[in-house]
Amino acid sequence: MSETTPVKNDGPTVTQATLVKKAAPKSDYKPADVSPQRRVQRSFAVRLWSIRHSRLLEWFYSRFADMFLLLHPLWKGIGYGRVEAPIKFVEKRVKGFMFDCRMCGQCILSSTGMSCPMNCPKQLRNGPCGGVRANGNCEVEPDMPCVWVKAWEGSQNMVNSDKILAVQKPVDQSLRETSAWLRVTAQAAAARETAAAPKTGAAT
Amino acid sequence: MSARQRDENPAGIHLPLDPLPGHSSRGRLERVLRRGEFAVTTELNPPDSADPEDVYNRAKIFDGWVDAINAVDASGANCHMSSVGICALLTRMGYAPIMQIACRDKNRIAIQGDVLGGAAMGVANMLCLTGDGVQAGDQPGAKPVFDLDSMSLLETIRIMRDNGKFLSGRKLTTPPQVFLGAAVNPFAPPFDFRPIHLGKKIAAGAQFVQTQYCFDVPMFKTFMQKARDLGHTEKVFVLCGVGPLASAKTAKWIRSNVPGIHIPDAVIKRLEGAQDQKKEGKQLCIDIINEVKEIPGISGVHVMAYRQEEYVAEIVDESGVLKGRQPWKREIRRDDQMVADRLDHILHDEITETQVDMVKTAH
Repeated sequence: MSETTPVKNDGPTVTQATLVKKAAPKSDYKPADVSPQRRVQRSFAVRLWSIRHSRLLEWFYSRFADMFLLLHPLWKGIGYGRVEAPIKFVEKRVKGFMFDCRMCGQCILSSTGMSCPMNCPKQLRNGPCGGVRANGNCEVEPDMPCVWVKAWEGSQNMVNSDKILAVQKPVDQSLRETSAWLRVTAQAAAARETAAAPKTGAAT
Repeated sequence: MSARQRDENPAGIHLPLDPLPGHSSRGRLERVLRRGEFAVTTELNPPDSADPEDVYNRAKIFDGWVDAINAVDASGANCHMSSVGICALLTRMGYAPIMQIACRDKNRIAIQGDVLGGAAMGVANMLCLTGDGVQAGDQPGAKPVFDLDSMSLLETIRIMRDNGKFLSGRKLTTPPQVFLGAAVNPFAPPFDFRPIHLGKKIAAGAQFVQTQYCFDVPMFKTFMQKARDLGHTEKVFVLCGVGPLASAKTAKWIRSNVPGIHIPDAVIKRLEGAQDQKKEGKQLCIDIINEVKEIPGISGVHVMAYRQEEYVAEIVDESGVLKGRQPWKREIRRDDQMVADRLDHILHDEITETQVDMVKTAH
């Protein structure tokens, strides 16, 4: 519970991590003092814009998903496997720009206020950890606003604001780097067919 | 030899208790909570050693004062004896450990294996945590796993227990009987989401929750009010986290270095104004316990006295939360005592017997 190990009576601000860092060999080359995950990111401006406009994006995405579903015969005609690569190329860039997407392949942006939970250093998909700083920033990356504080703000603007209450399943790592758009479309099409199937059965 | 204690298996202290209707575990903590008694739990400072005596000695100081002992899983991402190892030792001696499972170090394969192993050893309580980031600990170069999060971990163990299945759907021959716990921190943003987040944890399977250190009682009261309004307190036992602060300096250090612990200025001022800061820190802890125990929906306290474990007994005693009740206490059984009485001198006598001497004395 108290996930804390203050080195008591040992000077003002000496954590175990500081001691370890001090003991590391010195050299002129000093990479940015942030976690490796942070190094691959740009500024948070676009990400935060997306969260502020979560309602607009929610509206847009539902139109977009409908359009993708309309194109289901096309995807099926060409073959989902064959369209995977180009769609993924586009999806990765678009979502990467908008949300700093990590291509987990099982997008839940509409349940998390358009704040990508995979940007959380702990990759929490069900809510914030207990380490959120008083200013609402991340425990691991002190300059980053907590993904889940933002998710809560974003979700409150959305129409389906209670989607954040659903308990999410653990990430299926085998789906990484696959297109979530195509998966959702294929699943929706399958659901539509099974819903239509009993009706046709009753008619004949 | 005294009469058999309440919540003890007559066939042996290390064995699970008789199953009771409505109980999901066969442990002592769940019985205490379901009887409506005010529970006290604490945390064992995990040793950096391979000596079992270190664990036993650290558990011994809580004897008769706490209902369960948290076996922490590399708290603060610092390397220590594993929670599974500590639980194995504690269950052998009849203690009721709460096995903490952090998602930082193990993936779902290892975690589900540990759940089965722990339950087989007699661990009746498991606390599901996300775990601190590796940057906080003594091995910042470690690979953070975070395969599950605290919520999906709760759900995984609940499915194992109630449906008798692994996450993959494969069947278990004997499901683990465990009382599931989670941690909540009402003192970190987003404040209005925290009570809802507690509801999510309950939905995922939490039966009891332990909170982060509470130093700001009004803030905790607001949280509890919201939790009560949402109906959460009827579904979950809330144990409020409390602990003594060693000094004003420590308090300031914790406030600026440990994310997630909120210490108001009033607390620091009170400590600074005191003659004996350590004593005042203890008194502050007792005062907080006395305040939070009156909040409706609080079922107990979780006393975290890191490196001040010897004060736990005093704090519990002076706050009077047990109301005269004595939690289970390890006692030496009569046969063990008899063996100890007759043969204990072997351990202390400095006689080195050689076979030649033994033959001589025999004649």
